[in-house]
Amino acid sequence: MKTIIIVGNGMVGFKFCEKFITHQTSKNYKLIVFGEEPRPAYDRVHLSEFFQNGDAKALEMAPRSWYEENHIDLITNERVTDIHKSKNIITTVHENNYNYDYLVLATGSAPFVPPIKGVEKDGVFVYRTIEDLEDMLSYADKIKKKKPNAKAAVLGGGLLGLEAGKAVMDMGLEPHVVEFAPKLMPRQLDLRSSKVLQVKLESIGINIHLNKITSQILGNGCITGMEFGEDPQLDVDMLVISAGIRPRDELAKTCDLEMGVRGGIVVNNKMLTSDPNIYAIGEVALYNQMIYGLVAPGYEMADVAVNQILGNTDVLMSPDIDMSTKLKLIGVDVASFGEPFMPPEKGHSILFENKTKSLYKRINVSHDGKTLLGGILVGDASDYNMLHQIYLNDMTLPDNVEDLILGPRGEGGGSPFGSAMDLPDTAQICSCENVSKGQICNAITEDNYENLAEVISCTKASTSCGGCKPMVTDLVNQTLKSLGKDIKDIICEHFNYNRQELYGIIKIKKLTTFDAVLDSCGMGDGCETCKPLIASIFASLYNDTANKEAVIQDSNDKFLANIQRNGTYSVVPRIPGGEITPDKLIVIGEVGKKYNLYTKITGGQRIDLFGAELSDLPAIWKTLIDAGFESGHAYGKSLRTVKSCVGSTWCRFGLDESVSFAITLEDRYKGLRSPHKIKGGVSGCIRECAEARGKDFGVIAVEGGWNLYVGGNGGATPKHAILLAEKIDNKTCITYLDRFLMYYIRTAAPLMRTAAWLDKLDGGIEQLKKVVIDDSLNIAQELEKEMQFLVDAYECEWKQAIESETSRQRFNHFINSDDRDDNLVFIPMREQSIPELWEK
Amino acid sequence: MDTILSKYKSTTTNNVKIWFKAAPISAFSEDGGACVKYKDKQIAVFNFKRRGMWYACQNVCPHKLEMVLSRGMIGDDHGIPKIACPMHKKTFSLENGENLNGDLDAIATYPVKIENDFVYIGFSE
Repeated sequence: MKTIIIVGNGMVGFKFCEKFITHQTSKNYKLIVFGEEPRPAYDRVHLSEFFQNGDAKALEMAPRSWYEENHIDLITNERVTDIHKSKNIITTVHENNYNYDYLVLATGSAPFVPPIKGVEKDGVFVYRTIEDLEDMLSYADKIKKKKPNAKAAVLGGGLLGLEAGKAVMDMGLEPHVVEFAPKLMPRQLDLRSSKVLQVKLESIGINIHLNKITSQILGNGCITGMEFGEDPQLDVDMLVISAGIRPRDELAKTCDLEMGVRGGIVVNNKMLTSDPNIYAIGEVALYNQMIYGLVAPGYEMADVAVNQILGNTDVLMSPDIDMSTKLKLIGVDVASFGEPFMPPEKGHSILFENKTKSLYKRINVSHDGKTLLGGILVGDASDYNMLHQIYLNDMTLPDNVEDLILGPRGEGGGSPFGSAMDLPDTAQICSCENVSKGQICNAITEDNYENLAEVISCTKASTSCGGCKPMVTDLVNQTLKSLGKDIKDIICEHFNYNRQELYGIIKIKKLTTFDAVLDSCGMGDGCETCKPLIASIFASLYNDTANKEAVIQDSNDKFLANIQRNGTYSVVPRIPGGEITPDKLIVIGEVGKKYNLYTKITGGQRIDLFGAELSDLPAIWKTLIDAGFESGHAYGKSLRTVKSCVGSTWCRFGLDESVSFAITLEDRYKGLRSPHKIKGGVSGCIRECAEARGKDFGVIAVEGGWNLYVGGNGGATPKHAILLAEKIDNKTCITYLDRFLMYYIRTAAPLMRTAAWLDKLDGGIEQLKKVVIDDSLNIAQELEKEMQFLVDAYECEWKQAIESETSRQRFNHFINSDDRDDNLVFIPMREQSIPELWEK
Repeated sequence: MDTILSKYKSTTTNNVKIWFKAAPISAFSEDGGACVKYKDKQIAVFNFKRRGMWYACQNVCPHKLEMVLSRGMIGDDHGIPKIACPMHKKTFSLENGENLNGDLDAIATYPVKIENDFVYIGFSE
């Protein structure tokens, strides 16, 4: 057995191990990994997340146990100090010696600390390791105690420097970024885009100082400020240096490996150094006379070294390294690819800038406008993946090249990008894991994987930075489609079906409990997505009320009330059509008064009583039910109200009794559970005071009968209902409504209102007319029968709840005490009370 | 506001000092939750019948600091038993309290034992 020693347990060193063990022949080798940090390799790219959660474990590439399981010796906290290459031996800081057959140097880099007078002072940090961050955090705590408005500067306005700027802001310090160049991220951005980014960053509170050459760090022992030659000094209490990296190449010096003039260990395209048994990968390796400070080339180097050692000698490093990057910096998209800056002799640039929206887009094209050479995106990098692919694969550009950043304008504009399917098979989609379009598509066409999750787990595409996920999703969906396979909008991880399929299965198999459904066609234990969905299907099929299997009901259904901001509930009794007697109004008033409830008229012409404690709900409903009220189902995905105007009963313009018809409809469909809430309205004339066309179904009186409209709603995307039938009588209207509602309940996706459902229905309103009016599917009778069954099976679920001792129990706040929840705090609002406000 | 959360510290069977007798098994609904009062603490207890397990955690959701987790819905996320808060559907592992669909702080979890048809919750104080 041969021994490979890997010096360095960073991201690239880890990737070497991960790639190595996937090879069959790896069993003939022993891997020993040395890391000088105390922890196993972690994700340095996402280091700033440590500030948000303080959880170092979450950043780990793999837990220590992973190394054990794969028979890799991981020795942390032990720095390698010498290489004796003539003897194939290394020595560690603790004077231990180890023999190797192959040595892989993945020592990475260290932050470059410029030789400025005073850098040794307390309060000056670098930004590289978790330990650095911990030291910064404790120092920040210390200075904040003395000085609440303490300031921190970051030296360096590059990618890492800006991340560090955000980090010190999160620590509660006033952030200042000091950059020597006249722009931010000088390697990736041009002056204009830097300006756009600067305006955006300043708006969120990060101060930017450009063109600043730091001449001295001031302070007596601890840093108190920075001096910039002739410019005014900046008073700061802490400094983070992020001024670039230097390769950790000191080991190479101990054994005379060939090095670059400015550092770095020289490697060839096999990742081999000047010694035939020593490889170097990652940020310590000098390839093409360059150090690549990005993770993707580092991963590729790891892969090359693995293959070279295992004898797959035709795997070589690409001659050109793509330095394109896309990242989300403090919530702002920033991307640059190819040649971001364009000298006029090579090509032309097309620019779009809108500082009011912090947007900047630039693409660089060849003089003839036929080739994309590079570009910069700030503020919105959603098109980065496609632009990057067009650049990498030298693809044909649209006639109007500007469409690439401006989008198609005018008539008949389709996507300027075409489809991801147009890419050549060799196109690299995931650069972190080096996965091509061909590999992704072949996973489906040849290896018979059937969905996104399977393709990702077999190819590893998008598992590292995740930037290519939308494109991978697109490729998987389009490939499945091209094979005629359904792209399933499955409910959740527990069921491989959509709602309509599950509805069919439950109906045919006559399943009546959640566990029965799970055992018959699901897996696992269920979750908050599938449980309420199946509860809703039970209700739609059998009119089971929410009392039957309370534990699978959505939070509001479970307690038959709407949970409010502080965990109390609101109570909404049904007031059909909005018609209510003075006596009933008095009862509502008395209940509100007794339980100190905040009372408000709802948009659906009824009264909402807010602030009821869970344990009071049964008593409140007892009083209401005794007075003749029923549940208003305001908490359910079910019929809410049928709103009415007063109609011909009183109105001098009214053509029909809209209140009476609204009450008939509300009474008929009350308690009807559906994919989403359903609202109705009835107006007595076309003045439409009931706003019926803003409802899922709207009925409007005209000369000669009712006009029936369907598929409207208010909400986030308001939509007017569309005419389904004209001048029909009450009976016909109910028949059509029965059919329409039942058809919707059977076929809609979960949480899909009728408007969205009608939008998606093949053939739209014309098809719906055929089904509902002409019975083209020959299901009208069935739909009516099912609806009549539900109408007949209606029971007020609040009545059920208060009559049964076991279902009353679920309303106790404590299971072992009659105490009230003492955590509730109310504050006054006008003449009523509301919950204490949430902290922002 | 931190004082509410600071009351709740994860406890493991190893550092239990008091097994608090909460209520008979029959008081808990199957595959559902209930809230137990212990001193000034509110503890959500779940009878995860489908897995044959009992779990306990703080009742307060770290998102908006409301006492509601016991009223949430249990389930699993790729095999990890979880609770979904009824307020905004934040989900937490019932095994280690980790927030599974966001980056909220983990919730405190407590050991549960069953003896003679009674449910006991373990506390270190």
